[in-house]
Amino acid sequence: MADAPTPAAPQGAPTLEVRNLRTHFFTRAGVVKAVDDVSFTVGRGKVLGLVGESGSGKSVTGFSVMGLVDPPGRVVSGQILFKGQDLAKLSDEEMRKLRGNRIAMIFQDPMMTLNPVLRVDTQMIETVLAHEKVPEEEARRRARDALGMVGIPSPEERLKSYPHQFSGGMRQRVAIAIALLHRPDLIVADEPTTALDVTIQGQILAEVQKLAATTGTSLIWITHDLSVVAGLADDIAVMYAGKIVEHGDVGEVLDKPLHPYTHGLIGSVPSRNRRGEPLRQIPGMTPSLLSLAPGCAFRARCPRAAADCVEMPELHPWRPDRLARCHHPHLENVEQVA
Amino acid sequence: MSVYLLRRLIQAVGVVFAMSLIVFIGVFAIGDPVEILISPDADQIERERAIRALGLDLPLWEQYLIFLGKALQGDLGRSFVFNEPALQLILQRMPATLELAIAATLGAIVIGLPLGLYAGLRPHSLGSKAIMAGSILGFSLPTFWVGLMLIMVFAVQLGWLPSTGRGDTVEILGMRWSFLTADGLAHLVMPALNLALFKISLVIRLTRAGVRETMLMDYVKFARAKGLSPFRVTFVHVFKNILIPVVTVTGLEFGSTIAFSVVTESIFAWPGMGKLIIDSINVLDRPVIVAYLMIIVLMFITINLIVDLTYSVLDPRVRLEGK
Repeated sequence: MADAPTPAAPQGAPTLEVRNLRTHFFTRAGVVKAVDDVSFTVGRGKVLGLVGESGSGKSVTGFSVMGLVDPPGRVVSGQILFKGQDLAKLSDEEMRKLRGNRIAMIFQDPMMTLNPVLRVDTQMIETVLAHEKVPEEEARRRARDALGMVGIPSPEERLKSYPHQFSGGMRQRVAIAIALLHRPDLIVADEPTTALDVTIQGQILAEVQKLAATTGTSLIWITHDLSVVAGLADDIAVMYAGKIVEHGDVGEVLDKPLHPYTHGLIGSVPSRNRRGEPLRQIPGMTPSLLSLAPGCAFRARCPRAAADCVEMPELHPWRPDRLARCHHPHLENVEQVA
Repeated sequence: MSVYLLRRLIQAVGVVFAMSLIVFIGVFAIGDPVEILISPDADQIERERAIRALGLDLPLWEQYLIFLGKALQGDLGRSFVFNEPALQLILQRMPATLELAIAATLGAIVIGLPLGLYAGLRPHSLGSKAIMAGSILGFSLPTFWVGLMLIMVFAVQLGWLPSTGRGDTVEILGMRWSFLTADGLAHLVMPALNLALFKISLVIRLTRAGVRETMLMDYVKFARAKGLSPFRVTFVHVFKNILIPVVTVTGLEFGSTIAFSVVTESIFAWPGMGKLIIDSINVLDRPVIVAYLMIIVLMFITINLIVDLTYSVLDPRVRLEGK
């Protein structure tokens, strides 16, 4: 699953395998290593939860997979193997043909993702026609079916509406419907429920889970909300300062975190805290990626930091399928059970 | 929608009424036309007769009421100088000015939009920097100077283009138009360009700002994530959004182009309304000045209304309501 990268077998290749991805932003103030040596695998029909705070590089990882990193940023090195094909090597036009077709994306803010001056049918039909030569009637029929599939009532009439005539939750459903139009193999979902009400969040999550299960679509679910990941993902990768710090099965990681950062993240979920006690939090803040000191990026905030932390730890398999980038992981968590 | 239109119409009547009062008093304050119109050699009796004939012996408020009464019947008074209905005088000159203003506005869009688009899409290229520097010149060089330079270069030195007048015209719908003959077009080029210069710069800057702002929007990134071609992203998703401010501003600018084509018309001896108003102000031909200003007010009101209606077509979020 998350073992060190092995050459992909031609058959049964995972939907996505990212190897040593580095995406850097070349700003005037210096090079920002937003994604620095990130590797992970998403199997067919699997859901990977990519978790981290703002600025941890999780969204940039998603955009790198989509080939949508804008200057001054660029994928510096690494492989993005989509069903064995390296996306990082594709031309713009080849990438465009995959985008929205085999790999789709859902964005964070549904109020901003639909073009305000174009009707929903225009925005859906153009997506169909961008990848397939079908009559417009056929494209419209598919658009209508997709709207119906994500639970939008009376899709025929809704097609003629403008985005501002939808609520936030409905707009996100439209965006999901657009992502599903070509039944993609992979959907990169960049915090798609963060901007929604909790009740709508639940509905969308259930909807996506159902759709992914029925269509065999793999998902990268980018979020900072651990409770979302807990119910949805198969695997989880925790990012901190551009690197994956912990990676493994979602249940295992959330129950028995190895990395002190994951430990702290789970501890800060308010429902895990006892009533009346002050809420637990991770002290300090995420470091600036511009002035990253060598060594473990978390050590300044880490309760277990020691002298050897000035050296960057490797992403070490402490247990089978349990990777953590730490010199002093919470091994007692796994030992209690073992 | 109809409630909205009705409200706008009532507002328009109010504005026209207020403007008529301001204009009438303003023109009265400028000076006494009697001194200019009546020969200094005329004796007292002739003077009295002339003043009475022009209605200038009455007090201001009475003159205004007479003007208002006639105006309601479509009569904006007779020119002191030409002894013709002022409205007719102005309408005769209107096609020339309209032609000039339309040519200038079209030119501004045809030249300004592509340049602005280019500058917005490639903000750091050398071409974009040249365009932006040029637009600063377009903003800041005075119209009269540019006009004179155009004449110097293209009419005097190179002899490519004629410097004055409208050239050959063709009569359509009882109005004379230059743009349908080769000679007329040649006459139109320089004044239109001169008048368009400021607007070209304006459209360039608006378009560039719009493109740069819109390109950062999530919906543009989403459009790319859908796998649309860069052409469709730019010319459908971005373009439709930047059209909103561009249409608004060029629409409103169209009014001022007509109203303030005075300088260009004077330099190129273009026989339009601007030239007429300058001449009329020189001889204090009150009815013509008042009629001209009233027509300009009506035109601004109409253009604003059209711009608002277009706006609601371009931006579905804008709904025209009675409130």
